[in-house]
Amino acid sequence: MALRHFGAAAAVALTVGMSASPAWAVTEIQWWHAMTGANNDVIVKLATDFNASQADYKVIPTYKGNYPDTMNAGIAAFRAGNAPHIMQVFEVGTATMMAATGAVKPVYKLMAEAGEKFDPKIYLPAITGYYSTSKGEMLSFPFNSSSTVMWVNLDELKKANVEIPKTWPETFEAAKKLKAAGHDTCGFSGSWVTWVNLEQLSAWHNVPLASKANGLDGFDTVLEFNGPLQVKHLETLVELQKTKTYDYAGRTNTGEGRFTSGECPIYLTSSAFFGNVKAQAKFNFTAVPMPYYPDVKGAPQNSIIGGASLWVMGGKPAAEYKGVAKFLTFLSDTDRQVYIHKASGYLPITKAAYAKAKADGFYKDQPYLETPLLELTNKEPTENSRGLRLGNMVQLRDVWSEEIEQALAGKKTAKQALDAAVERGNTMLRQFEKTAVK
Amino acid sequence: MQKQAIFQSRLLPYALVAPQLAIVLIFFYWPALQAVIQSFLLQDAFGLSTTFVWFENYIDLFRDPSYFEAIVRTFFFSFAIAVSSLSFALLLAVMADKPLRGSMLYRTLLIWPYAVAPPVVGVLWIFMLHPSLGVLSRYLRGLGVDWNPLLDGDQAAALIILAAAWKQISYNFLFFLAGLQAIPKSVFEAAAIDGARPMRRFWTVTFPLLSPTIFFLLVVNIVYAFFDTFGIIDTMTRGGPGTSTVTLVYKVYSDGLLGGNLGSSAAQSVILMVMVIVLTGIQFRFVERKVTY
Repeated sequence: MALRHFGAAAAVALTVGMSASPAWAVTEIQWWHAMTGANNDVIVKLATDFNASQADYKVIPTYKGNYPDTMNAGIAAFRAGNAPHIMQVFEVGTATMMAATGAVKPVYKLMAEAGEKFDPKIYLPAITGYYSTSKGEMLSFPFNSSSTVMWVNLDELKKANVEIPKTWPETFEAAKKLKAAGHDTCGFSGSWVTWVNLEQLSAWHNVPLASKANGLDGFDTVLEFNGPLQVKHLETLVELQKTKTYDYAGRTNTGEGRFTSGECPIYLTSSAFFGNVKAQAKFNFTAVPMPYYPDVKGAPQNSIIGGASLWVMGGKPAAEYKGVAKFLTFLSDTDRQVYIHKASGYLPITKAAYAKAKADGFYKDQPYLETPLLELTNKEPTENSRGLRLGNMVQLRDVWSEEIEQALAGKKTAKQALDAAVERGNTMLRQFEKTAVK
Repeated sequence: MQKQAIFQSRLLPYALVAPQLAIVLIFFYWPALQAVIQSFLLQDAFGLSTTFVWFENYIDLFRDPSYFEAIVRTFFFSFAIAVSSLSFALLLAVMADKPLRGSMLYRTLLIWPYAVAPPVVGVLWIFMLHPSLGVLSRYLRGLGVDWNPLLDGDQAAALIILAAAWKQISYNFLFFLAGLQAIPKSVFEAAAIDGARPMRRFWTVTFPLLSPTIFFLLVVNIVYAFFDTFGIIDTMTRGGPGTSTVTLVYKVYSDGLLGGNLGSSAAQSVILMVMVIVLTGIQFRFVERKVTY
């Protein structure tokens, strides 16, 4: 009896399903992303607004887990022949995506083929440069961008009678005073240990992380971050770790609660940390540019971005690409960019949106929201500060972190650790070069 | 032993096992075959360029000292996890086997942790033992222990072993309890009448009679420690600090999914598969025969 009911229900469901799908003339566009919480709401709103603005296309956003999960899901789907149209990929996945000629559709090509108006000059070069070829052709569409800033607990600094530090030596001094003033488990710390202390540090001081413009000019790039600046920086961190003036907070951003809880009064991490700080910190805070070493000539240079961009996957019919192109144009709209900026704390990607946010007085009350933009546009980017394009970057970062951890634990010297990180990283880059599509 | 078929049709038995066979073929043999094929290839993540490289992936692995470190580490972890969780579970089972008031409640409570998924276990232990947020770390620091598993590899390893062993205690407990209850009471009574004290009764009567269960659980626990600890490692340490918690399974994941090196990852899975086949073979051929009932 029950079985018969089930059979009948299944048959009904099947016929309904079959008759329903061809009835819609709307072209569906799948958008896989990795945003949670408030940022997920932004994504849903963008898709809903786009769908309401026209009748031909329907963007369907789907959350696919964190950044690596989303990327792996997309890759697996591509291998199985049903990739989404748009996939949000974090910045470190750029080289992997770019190497996959045929699996992805470069944005500049997409826009040209779809006949969509597209002027690459309206975007902020500090942001789009990361996702463009050396000729300036935009490969993926920057969606959520951030940069490293130094978050400061103003109340604690005031209590310890410490000025906001501008340089690294000042930061170390400030951390010592803060430790003496009661922060005995953490004077200062930071998330994303390699991003902050190798990648950004190198760009900010105009020193190469890797040859060939940090990989932008070719996959035969070689790592070079075991130079005197990086070694000196890590040596200092190792020294300060012994007394917990600096205290290591892990490879990713799991240690960020140590800032909002008040444990670490100075904390270097992404500007996108803003949402959590605003929601959780029970003290006055601000975000200032990363410190620099004043004895390095020309420092500070400019910072590089973090975050993610939207990649358009290859092998879809032209009609569907037209919808994707329209959606990207929709996202580039000035008011929409201002909305994304204000709602998520991520950076606007067009010059007009930045100007508008400024004109609105958005940064007057919250000057720290402009900090990452000031860092990114501080100077004209050089070979060393345009961006990074290294294959297998996710695992590269793990390997670098492993070595940094060994140095901080006192098992290796800073120089030995960075030499090993470079050597192991180069082996992985050569492996990537072998498999990359020529 | 009567093994006469009771089926009328000769095809019927095949038809009856066919669904199960289909599942095994599709979900076990097919992926295993894929892994073996993949392990001979050099391929980019998207599968766009493929080169057949014979045994290069395997040769690279055996030339890599970090792979041997991972093997040694995995065996150490498995041994530590199996021994600690088995001995603790046995202790609990012997206690719970005693006629106590509310023993059903104790038993149920002891079985509960098995229902917790490994990543959740990881998160729970992180909350308790996080260097700056953890409840337990505060006590440890009070005792003068410089507790920092983010940088101290031995402490991180201890953390993984602790969390993984804890998770498995319930499962072992269940089997031990069943094993204990299957031992006839008359044997104990006879030993007691002969004047054996509780400790002696345990080692000379209970323990030998439990040996089949112990051996079975030993193999199950080792296989568990080999494979199922992935979720715990991934949420707790991601293999760090340094490489002090990178086990073979974690390396398969990290090289394949994070590093995009599918060939090496597949080769590592094939090696793991061989190890488990050997382990199971030992269980069937050697252990099952030697165990005294």
